[in-house]
Amino acid sequence: MHIHAYEKLWLAASVLLILLLLGSVTYGAVGPGVAMVSDSEPAIDAGGLDEDERFSEPRVEQVGENEYEAYVVAFQFGFQPDPIVVPEDSTVTFYVTSRDVIHGFEVAGTNANTMVVPGEVAEITVETDGAAEYGIVCNEYCGAGHHGMEGKLEVVSQSEFDDRTSGGDGE
Amino acid sequence: MSEAIEGDRTFADKFPEEARIVRAALLGSFLALTLGAIFGIIQTLHRTGIFRGLIDSTDYYTSLTAHGVFLALSFTTFFLVGLFTWAVVRSLDRPLLNTKITWTWYGLMAAGMTMTGISILAGFTDAIDMSADVLFTFYAPLQAHPMFYAGLAVFIVGSWIAGADWFRTWLAWKREHPDERIPLQTFMVLTTMAMWYIASSAVAASVLIFLLPWSLGLIDQVNPTLTRTLFWFFGHPVVYFWLMPAYLLWYTVLPKIAGGRLFSDPLARVVFVLFLLLSTPVGIHHQYLDPGIAEGFKFISMTNTMFLLLPSLLTAFTVVASVEYGARRRGGSGLLGWLTDLPWRDPAFTGMMLAGLMFAAGGFSGMVNAGMNINYMIHNTIWVPGHFHLTVGTAVALTFMAATYWIWPQITNKPIYSRAIGLFQVVLWFIGMALMSNAMHAQGIMGVPRRTAEPEYSGFDYPTMFGGFEELNVQIAIGGTLLFVSTVLFIGNLVLTMGNPKVSGLAETLPPALSGPDDSPKVLDNLRLWVGIALTLVVLAYALPLAAIINRGGLLGPGVGTYPVWLSPALDALANAAASVLGAVGDASASLVEVVR
Repeated sequence: MHIHAYEKLWLAASVLLILLLLGSVTYGAVGPGVAMVSDSEPAIDAGGLDEDERFSEPRVEQVGENEYEAYVVAFQFGFQPDPIVVPEDSTVTFYVTSRDVIHGFEVAGTNANTMVVPGEVAEITVETDGAAEYGIVCNEYCGAGHHGMEGKLEVVSQSEFDDRTSGGDGE
Repeated sequence: MSEAIEGDRTFADKFPEEARIVRAALLGSFLALTLGAIFGIIQTLHRTGIFRGLIDSTDYYTSLTAHGVFLALSFTTFFLVGLFTWAVVRSLDRPLLNTKITWTWYGLMAAGMTMTGISILAGFTDAIDMSADVLFTFYAPLQAHPMFYAGLAVFIVGSWIAGADWFRTWLAWKREHPDERIPLQTFMVLTTMAMWYIASSAVAASVLIFLLPWSLGLIDQVNPTLTRTLFWFFGHPVVYFWLMPAYLLWYTVLPKIAGGRLFSDPLARVVFVLFLLLSTPVGIHHQYLDPGIAEGFKFISMTNTMFLLLPSLLTAFTVVASVEYGARRRGGSGLLGWLTDLPWRDPAFTGMMLAGLMFAAGGFSGMVNAGMNINYMIHNTIWVPGHFHLTVGTAVALTFMAATYWIWPQITNKPIYSRAIGLFQVVLWFIGMALMSNAMHAQGIMGVPRRTAEPEYSGFDYPTMFGGFEELNVQIAIGGTLLFVSTVLFIGNLVLTMGNPKVSGLAETLPPALSGPDDSPKVLDNLRLWVGIALTLVVLAYALPLAAIINRGGLLGPGVGTYPVWLSPALDALANAAASVLGAVGDASASLVEVVR
């Protein structure tokens, strides 16, 4: 089979491009440590969230120095808690599940983004920086009221966070 | 000598019955295109907030389901079956074995799509207790009316019989020509259909085992991750199912229109074999952000996906080289000067070239989608429809429209009404899509979600990057409007063409490749071998993930409900609907037969 010399060059450049793309993702995983949403959390009974220790009361909890966990429930057509309040310069792990259909959980304009599937718990960990307000949108069609499904993520100063959580309502 | 004879007689002269089938398929395709374009313009104006008076935002999703199903499934597949029938018969130079079978699969596909279409459109009215607002992906536990799933199953079975029809015709040809290589166009059809059988088996299983029984109330719940995974098992290769007819045209028709011939027959075969092997074991790349699927499976899927770039990159080379060869034969010279010696006034040529150019852009945005970690940034944002409006919405759709200007006279003996309008139309599509797709990509990076009636939110504003959100909305609306106008011009031109009188002298020939089939290793034609390897790759890529998903959530899902429930009231409605649909299908097919004749 005859292959033109230019075509061989093109083929080599193509394979190189593919290897570079794979290399960049591999570097992203082992270098900066970009982890994928995975099967790290066990399956959950979507109809039994009210009895679940984490999701019966969706909330933000401190689990270590500067480390927080947010238990979030998505439903037709909103998120709980709303707003989600976390302190600045902290590490926050979101555990997101659905009460009904498939939803999305996307902090608009950032790379905090996951599918929310009933029966599964999505886990994503993010680093917050300065105080800011972000919109949370459902980015998977979930029914007739889908376009109204939004939430808010408020990244606040440590002192404001302490003030707002000292009431003990977990919000 | 045989070329000269072929040159005198068009496809319609040589194979009148087959030409009738090709016409019927293309007309079905263009009917879907018309409907899809109407929903497209409604959505463009609604979503961008330019005009929201025509439908309620809750009906936007009915419109979006119709847009997706009519364009992505119906327009593409009906064009494909028409084109493939033409390609098999033309390249084997023999009629189909039995056109009764051919009309049977055509009837099944038309009936199936009519059922699905009615179940979707009924969502616009409360008068009929039926809807299928589940979008083109029909993710459970959102549930459509049973007729939606039943129609899809009938449609897919029809496409399977179409494939069998072409395989049987090829086998008959093989008995008549025992020592010859498979003609290139037939080779492309057979490899594409082999890929289709593998890919569509998963969605057929999902529909017949889970979704249809569930919508009929026979089972209470399904596993959403399982049905979603089975959908994407089919959902990625289906994009190559759309693309392969465009590739067939770029490889075999475009070089001829450019005044040259295909650069390399062997490499064309290699490319189609690569698509057969790699199209399917990649679907999990649509599920990078799904919980319940291990990271390792996602990485394997990504690796396969990246290697799937190879056949497309090879195609870019071969197509450009073949066109350059044509330009130089026409007297072109210089490093890039040959570009001026191409038939840019021919809508078929310019349309396909612009489609190819946009496919390159779509390829690059696809590399971003395929990169597991960058995908976080754009997953389910409007970037993604921005991407596939370049690929299926332009590389495929614009190629089909451009090719119609070339192929329609071959199957009707009628010259195109106005090639000038045709040229204007394909350029307009390019401009419209450039505007719309560019703005969609930009909004996607800002985090604007896809699949929503009202992308503006009460609680926050999008960050401003490449122009503000509103400005980009205007760009999308202008682009979408140009695309709609382009579709109207295409359909109008075609309708006027049908009124033209029949003439002779429209016959076209397709020259053989510069480097012909004799240069390609015999093993390339060993379809059994390639199908075997393709199946092995699919098992390797999917056996463990599917086992893990079933192991986690069970075959029928962990405590997941149904939204909405159709159940028993639906059974009565189904019986009534079936009766009325049968009547409607009868009427529709009768009128279609008239048009075709």
